[in-house]
Amino acid sequence: MKTKKQDYITYAVVIAAWAVIEILMKMGLLSSHLQGLLVPMVYYAIAAVALNLCVGILGELSLGHAGFMCIGAFSSAIFSLMTEDVLPGGLRFFLAFLIGTAVTALFGFLIGIPVLRLNGDYLAIVTLAFGEIIKNILNAVYLGVDEKGLHISLQNQMALGLSPNGKMLISGAMGMTGMPHDSNFTLSVVILLVALFITLNLIRSKHGRAIMSIRDNRIAAQSIGVNVVRYKMMAFTISAALAGMAGVLFSHNIATMQATSQYFGYNVSILILVYVVLGGIGNIRGSVIAAAVLYMLPELLRGLNKYRMLIYSIVLIVVMIVNWAPAAIEKREKIMAKLRGKKEEA
Amino acid sequence: MISFLTSLVNGLSLGGIYAIIALGYTMVYGIAKMLNFAHGDFIMVGCYIIFTAVSTMGLSPAVGIIASIILCTLLGVATEAVAYRPLRHAASPLAVLITAIGVSYLLENLALLIFGADAKSFTSVVKWSGITLFGGQLHIQGVTIITIIVSLLVLVLLQSYIHGTKNGQAMLAVAQDQGAATLMGIDVNKTISLTFAIGSGLAAVAGALLCSAYPTLTPYTGAMPGIKAFVAAVLGGIGSVPGAMIGGLVLGIIEILAKTYISSQLSDAIVFGILVVVLLFKPTGLLGKITQEKV
Repeated sequence: MKTKKQDYITYAVVIAAWAVIEILMKMGLLSSHLQGLLVPMVYYAIAAVALNLCVGILGELSLGHAGFMCIGAFSSAIFSLMTEDVLPGGLRFFLAFLIGTAVTALFGFLIGIPVLRLNGDYLAIVTLAFGEIIKNILNAVYLGVDEKGLHISLQNQMALGLSPNGKMLISGAMGMTGMPHDSNFTLSVVILLVALFITLNLIRSKHGRAIMSIRDNRIAAQSIGVNVVRYKMMAFTISAALAGMAGVLFSHNIATMQATSQYFGYNVSILILVYVVLGGIGNIRGSVIAAAVLYMLPELLRGLNKYRMLIYSIVLIVVMIVNWAPAAIEKREKIMAKLRGKKEEA
Repeated sequence: MISFLTSLVNGLSLGGIYAIIALGYTMVYGIAKMLNFAHGDFIMVGCYIIFTAVSTMGLSPAVGIIASIILCTLLGVATEAVAYRPLRHAASPLAVLITAIGVSYLLENLALLIFGADAKSFTSVVKWSGITLFGGQLHIQGVTIITIIVSLLVLVLLQSYIHGTKNGQAMLAVAQDQGAATLMGIDVNKTISLTFAIGSGLAAVAGALLCSAYPTLTPYTGAMPGIKAFVAAVLGGIGSVPGAMIGGLVLGIIEILAKTYISSQLSDAIVFGILVVVLLFKPTGLLGKITQEKV
């Protein structure tokens, strides 16, 4: 089938990119600075796939995906810190991955219940609000563990009453420190492939078609018996879970993290949105490529870094107008028709 | 008691600023039917214009404010014409929202390049130090009083403009039904441009007051107040001018009280929590009208 073939091309692109980078690394052609950028690159690619599922397939703009990444990052990091001395690295990361994804999916589901009653602008702003709420709460929470179990407080570290051999997990605005560095480039590519597999198979399934019918016309979909709430929940929860996977990668690639706006604010959601729009809304492969290229490009072309965001914002506006404005679409179709006409004459 | 009164007054001051921003938001949302995500950044642009005029060029604050209002108005009209108008009838309602996010990003990063990331200290445009009550126990700052007066003034002027002039009536008509308004001979483009002009002008006014009360100016100064003012507009009922006023004041008071009595870190979470609660239980807000979606 043609669509199946498209999916295989997507996997092949990812695997080929991984192979090329691995070979370059083995040959020692990548500086350690560049090597350090590989995991974040994949991390953003997964986040872009997650957001594209929400924006392109479900047709609702979420500005709270950074919040879901935050949940995935923190929940998996808490697990890894607690089991640091008990479990071997590989198994620990696998379990942390499952836990981070599951916890984020649960939050996606819970947040989805109120959020998905809304549409369009309201939904965007409310997801943004939830993302900020998550970030705010994580900044205020103190969490520690000792032999008696977990201790939680909203005041300060002392209020936890940890025993001397207890361990701090979240220190309020100071965030988390000392996470084991369990992720690496190959593992992150595997996670990206898992995310792609889930997303692409969902889109090609009966459920995926139902979700896209809601995107194209909610009322028409409802009138032919598509359970709008159920399918919106499904897409939103899966999208959140995928963002959580990105979060797991993030927290296992960094020694300290805080729930700051630099890492998990709505600006990060917007940056990922830039990747999604430039890769093509609804085009999953495009998201991966756009995230990878746009993340690496400014790093490779130093000096451009200062203007990176400015250029992105201008390109974002231009791409939106060219792709979506009715007048632009009409003009494009005219030009295409003219070109086709010329071809036929020749 | 005095500390509660102080918080209440501070809340009213912040609420007045939110109200002015929310008035701009609610007009644009009610009439053009789009969420102008960049509205908060117009505030920031206005602040930088005043900052440049007053602190760099040494002009008087009055000149700075007038320049800021004029330039922000032009910026709003230009943004609408260039970025939003082509997408007004786009197939997906997300298109114009994403473009608005792009404009917001653009303005923030332009400011970042021109003025740098370091915070500028803004000289208050209000020179009056304020009044002291209860034998010196309660001090109300001049900027607080001015903010409350200005926000009430803006409310009265807007209400009488919308309900009392031909252009205002045209706005109401466009808000109700763009197609029917066109048939009645109303120039929809002109009306929406006018709405953006008023909304952006109000953003400049709000910016002057915001930065006078909280005098640190960065490229991200406007983003959070902008989003919170949207919460205020939703709380009051989007599209309703008195609603935006009430929503703004209520939200400002809640935020300051939450900061004082609950937790300064969680105050933002509480403000956004209100948005969620309102949208769940009364999606039309306090004064909004219910509209049925037609096929």
